[in-house]
Amino acid sequence: MKKLQKVDYIKMYSYMLKIRRFEERAAQLYGMGKIGGFCHLYIGQEAVVVGILMTIDKNDSVVTTYRDHGHMIARGLDPKRIMAELTGREDGYSAGKGGSMHMFSKENNFYGGHGIVGAQVPIGTGIAFTHKYNGEKNICRTYIGDGAMNNGQVFEAFNLAALWKLPVLYIIENNKYGMGTSVDRAAAGLDLYKRGEAFGIPGEKVDGMNVFSVIEAADKAGKYVREGNGPYIIEVQTYRYRGHSMSDPAKYRTKEELDNYKQTDPIEIVKAEILKKKIATNDEIEKINKDTLEEIKNAAEFATNSPFPKDSELYTDVYL
Amino acid sequence: MSIEILMPALSPTMTEGNLSKWLIKKGDAVKAGDLIAEIETDKATMEVEAVDEGVVLDLLFEEGEANIPVNKAIAIIGDPNEKVEVKKEAPIEKVIEEKKIEKNIETKIENKKADIIDTPSPKIEEDRNLSSEEITMRQALRDTMAEEMRKDNKVFILGEEVAEYQGAYKVTQGLLQEFGKERVLDTPISEHGFTGLAVGAAFKGLRPILEFMTFNFSMQAIDQIINSAAKTLYMSGGQINCPIVFRGPNGAAAQVAAQHSQDFSSWYSQVPGLKVIAPSTPYNAKGLLRSAISDQNPVIFLENEILYGLKGQVNNDINFSIPIGKANIEKEGKDLTIVTYSIMLQKSKEAALRLKEEYNLDVEIIDLQTLRPLDTETILNSVKKTNRLITVEESWPFGSVGSEIANIVQRDAFDYLDSPVIKVNSADVPMPYALSLEKLYLPQVDDIINAAKKVSYIK
Repeated sequence: MKKLQKVDYIKMYSYMLKIRRFEERAAQLYGMGKIGGFCHLYIGQEAVVVGILMTIDKNDSVVTTYRDHGHMIARGLDPKRIMAELTGREDGYSAGKGGSMHMFSKENNFYGGHGIVGAQVPIGTGIAFTHKYNGEKNICRTYIGDGAMNNGQVFEAFNLAALWKLPVLYIIENNKYGMGTSVDRAAAGLDLYKRGEAFGIPGEKVDGMNVFSVIEAADKAGKYVREGNGPYIIEVQTYRYRGHSMSDPAKYRTKEELDNYKQTDPIEIVKAEILKKKIATNDEIEKINKDTLEEIKNAAEFATNSPFPKDSELYTDVYL
Repeated sequence: MSIEILMPALSPTMTEGNLSKWLIKKGDAVKAGDLIAEIETDKATMEVEAVDEGVVLDLLFEEGEANIPVNKAIAIIGDPNEKVEVKKEAPIEKVIEEKKIEKNIETKIENKKADIIDTPSPKIEEDRNLSSEEITMRQALRDTMAEEMRKDNKVFILGEEVAEYQGAYKVTQGLLQEFGKERVLDTPISEHGFTGLAVGAAFKGLRPILEFMTFNFSMQAIDQIINSAAKTLYMSGGQINCPIVFRGPNGAAAQVAAQHSQDFSSWYSQVPGLKVIAPSTPYNAKGLLRSAISDQNPVIFLENEILYGLKGQVNNDINFSIPIGKANIEKEGKDLTIVTYSIMLQKSKEAALRLKEEYNLDVEIIDLQTLRPLDTETILNSVKKTNRLITVEESWPFGSVGSEIANIVQRDAFDYLDSPVIKVNSADVPMPYALSLEKLYLPQVDDIINAAKKVSYIK
């Protein structure tokens, strides 16, 4: 694996922080009635997507679940336009027609944002199929929630990916709860990363609170897939600090459990590493914090000032 | 006593077969279970076993003879010491008569072929590029896919048994040989998975043709069709389109009962983001499939198993297409309008002939060709002329395509109507297995005639 440079540490910290601040602001806007519908926050899981991001090629494809805000930020997309989609405005990535769960950026090879649990898994497998069909060296990173790991189409996709040796990296974000049901109440067999074994798909379990562990695993798995060996599964153990969605008070878990995870906060881990390695000073970190807060504040302002889609937009984009 | 060995029906829709090879010869002793012949059906070449014992007294057809009707005697076995008279022409009519009910409606179509199917619609007649020979619907579909695959490397086919098996209904015959396994892919029986995969491939820029062995199995995948394929262009604010064709046989075949006989035309026609096509002849199958493959949107292409063997002239220009969203006035008339699509076009034409002969009614027949977007203009213009409308389709009655047409017509041509619109649909029950009940379930020519009489106030 390529040795991480100073700039990489700063990048990781900045992205993770940006996701956290974005989600906090989204929660605030939701509370103000500026964001409607469902809104699934990524707070606590930042190390997963940022760790993966560190190993990605810009021509690789990404497809994920409805918990997608952080994924878009990590893909380098503009927080202003992401937030504008959350507020349902015309400057949003889906012009206000998709909302929090359905965001896309074709030019950045970001294929959603899918609202149906498990549906993105065959789709990501099909995107990988296309990379192979076109003779490209790129791979598709397909994220899966732990809840989807009990969904039939996921295994149909695993079978096809292994059968046709498709360049797809499956990343299970195991945040311990599918909505309000804990993994041990939903899955017979808790080692989700082993669920490709029957198809001959290698799998690995990773500490998702620690971005460095994620990078190491993602790098190894990414190489395996890119070299044409077929699919690979990484199960990233993570935790969401908030409920399933904004309307979920998360009464199915204890405060102690949450506090326990907060002890290993992914952002704090990177920060500590940066200070320990003297990559940046406290003042420099403070500046990043301030700038990030400002950037997200501006994004919120942009998103609440962007116009609603025109009425005539109701009937556009049904057919091309 | 001699026993006739009859041409067997080896599939639900088979009406005739080709004798590709004899595995016995005159004078051979055969036991039950011995292989006696290779028969080529509309779907595959299969070996046939003897079920009786005896010595082969005569083979009634040469190897290579084609189009031998089901239930026709092909060989005689028996005791060589008994004196038997062997007739070369075995009494097939008798067998059918005994059954009282025709084996299936394909037979019926075949019987009426001279009257109905060979009458080209005016549009086809005007076509200067019409082929001299007739081809089957199956071949028309196959040829069109091959032509489009030659033009565009991004077009590929996937589905169950489409490659090595040559298609469960032989619609993809020969494509594997021409285009190779990278572009003609056999999938596992895994509709949800491979449909999602194809949708992802279409999002990423390929142009999949996905064959459902039958549309009954598309229900396994319907979430990917509706929630992913149909809606993503809208949800992405116009960024990500899904150029894919979902095709395969839809509706009733012959005695395959409730789970394998459903008509999905109104289901899919309800969904914004999908286009829905239902061809009725080899001619429009070719033109419409080309438009479907070239389209930038997901297209549901509803074929009909019984029509696969239907023959007709086609336009062989590799760029010939029929626009999506245009109905065809199959037959002009002034007394009443029948709006129909797919296999019910054949029954509607048969009904129109009888309505002319028996009641002197001049029927206009509109073949929708595309169900979504619906060609309301052609329907309304026709109703404004004839003032009477019946819709004929195989779908269940509740919320069918005809229901929507009735709504549009009462809204936009209320003052032109001289009678209520009548819908002719299948019975509002799951498809039964029994031959007699199946016939009752499906709309028949008499049902169409009764509806026509009713809107014409003929007792």
